Amino acid sequence: MDTMLHISTLHYLVLGAALFLLGVIGVLTRRNVVIVLMSIELILNAVNLNLVAFSHYWQGIQGPNALHGQVFAIFVITDAAAEAAVGLGILIAFFRNKETINVDEVNLLKW
Amino acid sequence: MFLSHIWLIPLLPAFGATVMFFFGRNLQKAAVSAVCVGTILLAFIMACGAVWQYSAWSSTPEHFHQPFEKPLYTWLGSDTGHLTYNTQSGKPAEFRADVAFLLDPLSSIWLLFVTGVGLLIHIYSTGYMAHEGGYYRFFGYLNLFMFSMLTLILANNYVLLFVGWEGVGLCSYLLIGFYFHRKSASDAANKAFIVNRIGDAGFLLGMFFIAWIFGTLQFTKVTDLARAGHFAIGDHYITLATLLLFVGACGKSAQLPLYVWLPDAMEGPTPVSALIHAATMVTAGVYMVARSNALFVLAPMSMKTVAIVGALTAIFAASIGLVQNDIKRVLAYSTVSQLGYMFLALGVGAFSASVFHVFTHAFFKALLFLGAGAVIHSMSGEQDMRNMGDLAHRIPITYRTMLVATLAIAGIPPFAGFFSKDEILWQTWASEGGAYRILWGVGYATALMTAFYMFRLIYLTFFGKPRMSHEVEHHIHECPNSMAVPLLILALFSLSAGWFSWPPSLGGSARFEKFLDPVFANGAQVFQEEGKAAQLAAGEKEAEHTSPVEYGLMFLSVAAAGVGWFMARRAYVNADKGYSEPIAAAAPPVYNVLLNKYYVDEGYDYVFTGRRKIGDVRLGVMGLGEASSWFDANVIDGAVNGAGWITRLTATVSSWWDKWIIDGFGVNGPAIFARMLSYPARLFEWGLVQWYALVMTAGLVGFVFYYVYH
Repeated sequence: MDTMLHISTLHYLVLGAALFLLGVIGVLTRRNVVIVLMSIELILNAVNLNLVAFSHYWQGIQGPNALHGQVFAIFVITDAAAEAAVGLGILIAFFRNKETINVDEVNLLKW
Repeated sequence: MFLSHIWLIPLLPAFGATVMFFFGRNLQKAAVSAVCVGTILLAFIMACGAVWQYSAWSSTPEHFHQPFEKPLYTWLGSDTGHLTYNTQSGKPAEFRADVAFLLDPLSSIWLLFVTGVGLLIHIYSTGYMAHEGGYYRFFGYLNLFMFSMLTLILANNYVLLFVGWEGVGLCSYLLIGFYFHRKSASDAANKAFIVNRIGDAGFLLGMFFIAWIFGTLQFTKVTDLARAGHFAIGDHYITLATLLLFVGACGKSAQLPLYVWLPDAMEGPTPVSALIHAATMVTAGVYMVARSNALFVLAPMSMKTVAIVGALTAIFAASIGLVQNDIKRVLAYSTVSQLGYMFLALGVGAFSASVFHVFTHAFFKALLFLGAGAVIHSMSGEQDMRNMGDLAHRIPITYRTMLVATLAIAGIPPFAGFFSKDEILWQTWASEGGAYRILWGVGYATALMTAFYMFRLIYLTFFGKPRMSHEVEHHIHECPNSMAVPLLILALFSLSAGWFSWPPSLGGSARFEKFLDPVFANGAQVFQEEGKAAQLAAGEKEAEHTSPVEYGLMFLSVAAAGVGWFMARRAYVNADKGYSEPIAAAAPPVYNVLLNKYYVDEGYDYVFTGRRKIGDVRLGVMGLGEASSWFDANVIDGAVNGAGWITRLTATVSSWWDKWIIDGFGVNGPAIFARMLSYPARLFEWGLVQWYALVMTAGLVGFVFYYVYH
């Protein structure tokens, strides 16, 4: 009966934390801006996973109308799309100037 | 016909000169002679005709004794009023000068002898210059001179007279410097020109004064206004104007102290000396003063000045002439001396006597110069009388004509000079009730000297032993006919020119002076009206009463001439090589002073020309100029530069202060300080986004751990 592993909220949270950790490591370690952007998407999706998980959890307590978390996730997806557009735009502008997308060389903003 | 075409008289020589300057180079000598002598011949014929017609015209009742004026066109000024100025009396007047010609007895006389003597000298020059280069140039200059001189004579106003006056000055310059390749000739030309400029400055100023006083420069109007009685005798402005005019006359007519150019002018060809520097141009000053006689009689002080300067010049130049050895220089000083006589006569109010002397002097002095030219010609260019002698029978025509001229200038009756010189001496004695008798003494002494130096010239040149080299002696020849004929004609006039004014005391009628009466007589009129000691009137009055004195003086002056002759004869008649000068034997210092012309040129070098230096310091006015220039360059400009230097220094200091102290400490200092302080803070900003993110993450992790495990 309960030998089948029950997928609880905790599982979701662990998965989300793992994805988040992967995203952070990607952002911190990769030099390619495109991959950094992709890692940011990973972080956002980890957050979305958390939101959906908690929303599902709250539906179990407060009824099926507790949808705030899921709506918020959709906002985040929208935001991510916009962010990707802006980020890629900056990336192209930057590439035209320096002919590189290596993030180590993006170091102009300093004293 | 002649009278109405009087403008042709100056224009004919101008035509000749123009032809010479444009085409002369390509013309044969015969053609040059034909054109240039031809124009003067025509001018002479025109002049004779014009004077003849004028005398008829002025004898008619309606024109009795009036001057004839022929205006051609208005040269300066018009009726537009652009050249209006206020005269002394405050009335507006217009500056106006016409090209207009005036013929009256005074200009008639000048016209006749200038064209007459000019013609003879032109003819003479065709012989004298026959073997010289620049033949056309010479005749072009001579014709240009004749044009200028005739303009001067015939002008009816001071401005046009001044045009002629400057024109003759220019021609004089060109002809003195005719042998311009010779340094001495070009120097002499410069000297003549520059000394004349001094006089011209005076003339110009005098002219402006006349324009200011009278509001017109036309001779007839000025004369009428001056005689109208509006002006007091001794009017200061008229005195000043006449003195300034006299400065001009001194320059042109070689009076003290501006006579120095005339002896040097002998560097020119001899016919030039005869025409310009003896007969015509140098009498322009006399003409101008005589022309202004109505002004001069209003200014007794000017008259006195003229008389004294004239007398001093006469004896000064004559004394130099006593010892000169260059035949032309003797004649040059003689000319200066005779001009002095003329001014003496002008100064004592004997205008017509002065003009009469100009008239006679023109003939005998031109003859003397042409004779001297003939002598030089025959002597292969030798001018030093010490190297002459015994020429009388070798060149008899020259000798005889020159002897006539010498008798004339020495004042031996009945030759021309006797009448004119005696008239001057007599007028000097008699005028102003005898106030000028000292000047008479000076003139008398001059007459004695004149006789001496002229006969010295004759004896040294034509008598004694031949002192020239055999080479020269071999070449002695009588001059060609073209030179001999003018000599003979001039000799005729030197003998007879004086007879025009045979004095009443010798049973004559003084026709010459009567002819001039319309020009001068009114001068005496003014004196009589003003009740002053009338100069002319007194002379005439005394002439009536003191005939015995006049005869006595006449005898005395003839005696002086005789004594001079005798002394010269005794000293020089047997002159051989190394003959002794009587003056040198009697008083060597006096002889040296005279031989060196009183060291006047040297004195001028010290005072005016700046040729003398002590060390590096120039003397005289030029030295003063140099000193002023030095003062200006070093002190005045130094002060200016010093002020500039100080300004620049303060500006430099101020600029340094602004740059380093104000901008440095005040403005940049705080900025540098802030920059230094901010340096450690800036190190945190190294620009790598991922590092920022790492630090942020680490921080977050740190905080989380802190909260979790706290």
